Amino acid sequence: MANKKEDILSAAQNAAEAAVKAAKDVAETVAEKASEVVQQAVDAVQQAAKEVNIALDNAAEEAAREAKIITPKMAKIPAGPLELKWTNYKDHQKLVNPANKRRLDIIVVGTGLAGASAAASLAEMGFNVLNFCIQDSPRRAHSIAAQGGINAAKNYQNDGDSVYRLYYDTIKGGDYRAREANVYRLAEVSNNIIDQCVAQGVPFAREYGGLLDNRSFGGAQVSRTFYAKGQTGQQLLLGAYSALSRQIGKGKVKMYTRHEMLDIVIIDGRARGIIARNLVTGQIERFFGHAVVIGSGGYGNTFFLSTNAMASNGSAAMQMYRHGAYFANPCYAQIHPTCIPKHGDFQSKLTLMSESLRNDGRIWVPKKLEDAKRLQRGEIKGRDIPEEDRDYYLERRYPAFGNLVPRDVASRAAKERCDAGFGVNNTGLAVFLDFSDAIQRLGKDVVEQKYGNLFQMYEKIVDENPYENPMMIYPAIHYTMGGIWVDYELQTSVPGLFCIGEANFSDHGANRLGASALMQGLADGYFVLPYTIQNYLSDQIGVPRMSTDLPEFAAAEKAVNDKIERILKIQGKRSVDSIHKELGIVMWDFVGMGRTAESLKKALQRIDEIKKEFWTNVYIPGKADALNNELEKALRLADFIEIGRLMALDALNREESCGGHFREEYQTEEGEALRQDDKFAYVSCWKYTGEDSEPELIKEPLEYEFTERKTRNYKS
Amino acid sequence: MDKNINIKVRVWRQAGPKEKGHFEEYELHDIFQGASFLEMMDILNEKLISEHKDPIAFDHDCREGICGMCSLYVNGHPHGPDSAITTCQLHMRKFHDGETITIEPWRSHAFPVIKDLMVDRGAYDKIMQAGGFISVNTGGVPDANSIPIPKEKADEAMDAASCIGCGACAAACKNGSAMLFVAAKVSQLALLPQGRVEAARRAKAMVAKMDELGFGNCTNTGACAAECPKSVSLANIARLNREFISAKFKD
Repeated sequence: MANKKEDILSAAQNAAEAAVKAAKDVAETVAEKASEVVQQAVDAVQQAAKEVNIALDNAAEEAAREAKIITPKMAKIPAGPLELKWTNYKDHQKLVNPANKRRLDIIVVGTGLAGASAAASLAEMGFNVLNFCIQDSPRRAHSIAAQGGINAAKNYQNDGDSVYRLYYDTIKGGDYRAREANVYRLAEVSNNIIDQCVAQGVPFAREYGGLLDNRSFGGAQVSRTFYAKGQTGQQLLLGAYSALSRQIGKGKVKMYTRHEMLDIVIIDGRARGIIARNLVTGQIERFFGHAVVIGSGGYGNTFFLSTNAMASNGSAAMQMYRHGAYFANPCYAQIHPTCIPKHGDFQSKLTLMSESLRNDGRIWVPKKLEDAKRLQRGEIKGRDIPEEDRDYYLERRYPAFGNLVPRDVASRAAKERCDAGFGVNNTGLAVFLDFSDAIQRLGKDVVEQKYGNLFQMYEKIVDENPYENPMMIYPAIHYTMGGIWVDYELQTSVPGLFCIGEANFSDHGANRLGASALMQGLADGYFVLPYTIQNYLSDQIGVPRMSTDLPEFAAAEKAVNDKIERILKIQGKRSVDSIHKELGIVMWDFVGMGRTAESLKKALQRIDEIKKEFWTNVYIPGKADALNNELEKALRLADFIEIGRLMALDALNREESCGGHFREEYQTEEGEALRQDDKFAYVSCWKYTGEDSEPELIKEPLEYEFTERKTRNYKS
Repeated sequence: MDKNINIKVRVWRQAGPKEKGHFEEYELHDIFQGASFLEMMDILNEKLISEHKDPIAFDHDCREGICGMCSLYVNGHPHGPDSAITTCQLHMRKFHDGETITIEPWRSHAFPVIKDLMVDRGAYDKIMQAGGFISVNTGGVPDANSIPIPKEKADEAMDAASCIGCGACAAACKNGSAMLFVAAKVSQLALLPQGRVEAARRAKAMVAKMDELGFGNCTNTGACAAECPKSVSLANIARLNREFISAKFKD
């Protein structure tokens, strides 16, 4: 009985255990299922949220596009605090591995500071580079003519400089019309540039202790400018050229000299090559690249007379623009205060006297109108006017910065004095830059050591000894802050098309500070583009080299040939230069230092007339398929005419004065530039809509998150 | 005081590298002496264009004496009669009324004529590619002030570095030697601690390339330095010889 009882109990226990196990199993399965379902639900919700976010972003971008606005996100400006943006970008950007770099071709157009440094750096990294220049050697690009120096925030002089201060001076100097993130990055990499150049053997000026020397430039209260005599641009360019030469020797860069790009080839919406003319044979040639980088310089020669080289031109910019890249702030052109005045109608260019001269030279005109008249008649010389009768007008108007105010301010002040009748040469369009104080203080030897080559240059041109009689100077077109719009990665609005150096618009706002052009060109080429371009190329590694027989190449070549044929066929009566000079006079008179709505409307009308004259009455000798200098100039002039029009249009739209853009309607009682931040704190981006239709205006609002916009003050 | 003058110019015209060249004479009236030499050439070309003739091809770009593109032989001198300047900085006040001015291209074996006054100086680039650099890549270099360099050395390096690569030295040399050009680059980099490291290799590679490209030997006539628009000194050639010989001895 007892046994039976035990059996029953054990059976019951077994049954109970089995039931519990079964129940547990069921419960586990249910729980598993449930958690799976829950996970799925969570995933779905997250996915939905992501999609909503993307949709919102897309909608926002779409809305921005509708409103013709470029948002910081569209400009790819990284999030985070100002001083961490570039670091964050580099930490998270996509890279291309060494094996894949070998499979990618990059076209670089231009061999100035930006182009040569980019071509060399990209080749060092392992990319295949095709590099083009119009001169007979990459060493001749016009960066070579920069005289004064290059800025960097090294604070070697212990005068309180810092990355932030260089950033701030540049933003302020640009009259608060540049992008904060770009300018901060520029200031950040400035120090690397100096290190790089010294390692390349650039012979910067040194102190007796063997360390690097600095001098001061306009718009700064510290000495942060590194220099190599009055030939800093030459030495920096030769540094970049030697790095480039090394890569050419290694076969990583294929160099094409005396080649001029005449169009960009777009395939499936991306830049994939260029059409170039061999300037010796006249042959039109096709080149493929996975990406195209343009470092073609500025468009100052629109004015015919400028400090640019004779062949400097804006045609590359126009080719980008016609393919949909925005032309940003075309009206921001820099007029440099210290150039040798114009001497005749046959004049081919203007020569700059370095801004560094304002470290020791004092600018003045006579106080008395009758003295000015006698100077203009050539009856007396500057040295004949006694000290008390001299008006050092920059020191008078701007006590805090004196002769070292930014270029736009110094230029307008010179114009103001000359317009009032105080000009000191036969045309009444010159002021004095006087070294007699410096010679007395430092001795002639020291002055000669510092500025000897500039004084020699002046004497050769003017035939007057500047040690004995003050130099005569007058403002001239020197640099263009405007240019092709690029995002933070230096990519234009056309995928795969990048733009660097003076050719882009990015860092100088409405006015560039002295010694900052060299800094920007080398920053873009050595330290920015070689990184950012990889973010684009990382998903291009699977794209094979394309044949230049593709229909897109053929079509681009045909368009180029048609244009050349059209120009050669005109067979009119005017030389290219005669029409270019006419354009230059219109630009200087109506789109120059002082602009008004009326003058700009007049300019637009005159430019249209000049365009018609060009296309009906230009005469080009020679043939297309041979060396033909006049044809080269004509192709460039055709684009200068369009750029001149864009400049006038942009200047008319911008109803405010800022930096180098001075609308006479907008000035303070003291004649200073008056910004209209509530209406014009944006980048004007002009979008091409066709040969005969007006471009569309797209705005990139400049939201200042980190810096307060102020009225520039160089007085106190 | 600058005034207007009348001149005759005899210009070398050559249609292409393989064509036979000849002098052609042109008269110009009322040329202002304040005009630059190249502005005179512009005026002449405008005249030729207005007569539907082929304008004269010549190289030029910056027109302020630094790019090294202009390359005219004027009255038997590279860059003309004035000293320490390029052709673009030469002004018409250096010529007198009634003067006949002879203009030729660089005449040197290694610089073949392309057209008229334009020559091919690609050989200079090739010499640079053979060794005219310090082998450093972008990034990863020491702080600029980490190696002090005596001021005199830096200044001397700067003087050598002021070469503009125009080719006047080889054009002036009766042997067509590029020694001053090569010496300027070798000196600049050998004088600086950064360039010292590969100084021997550089001197040998650049000299070998110069010889290969058909430039002549140096016989110390000094014509190169006398005509150099940037006054690059003959002392650089002595330094190049020293670098070259000591490098060879080490081999």
